[in-house]
Amino acid sequence: MILKIKTFGISRDILGGRVVELDMNGTSVGDLRKSLSLRYPQLDKLNSLFIAVNQEYAEDEKVLSDKDEIALIPPVSGG
Amino acid sequence: MIEITEQPIEVQKVIDAASLKEAGAINTFIGTVRNQTSGKKVTKLEYEAYEPMAVSEIQKVIDRASQQWILTGWAISHRVGTLLPGEIAVVVAVATPHRKESFAACQFIIDSLKQTVPIWKKEFFEDGDQWVSAHP
Repeated sequence: MILKIKTFGISRDILGGRVVELDMNGTSVGDLRKSLSLRYPQLDKLNSLFIAVNQEYAEDEKVLSDKDEIALIPPVSGG
Repeated sequence: MIEITEQPIEVQKVIDAASLKEAGAINTFIGTVRNQTSGKKVTKLEYEAYEPMAVSEIQKVIDRASQQWILTGWAISHRVGTLLPGEIAVVVAVATPHRKESFAACQFIIDSLKQTVPIWKKEFFEDGDQWVSAHP
């Protein structure tokens, strides 16, 4: 499945664009994590990496569709 | 009021948005840009937000606070874009019937905001830059 992924903060530097297409193996958020980790190993060095689906933090079990709005949420640092 | 803005934050506007006559206290937190990190001079910060999700996550923080304290009013404004040392990055204003809850609720809101709301800042030094909190 090909997904369009929005990136923010340091994840944009690592993936190299504001919106990046990724051909992932599997269907869940956990599968997406594995695909991201294989292609962009620098993501594994972050303090944390959450994945938001349709503007909500998503658990690894959540099943994705190519119509979902998917975003990478590296460690937040607002305030 | 929840606001993510590229314009300088007007503190009084945020306080006014939180104010109601039922309140006996309005507690306001103002977060500003520090001029150094671990002794290194900071020249500027760049903030960015995943705006629609940042607004909904701030709303969730407010909802959690509302379960613990009576909030008669509240308003939060967070700046994005380029900020210089001394500029205001965030303002939280919380109104409650009595002052004790206003301190507790205000602290809870700013602490939670820093943990869950998708906003990021990059610090710029004279010899480089880094995304804050990204790496161990």
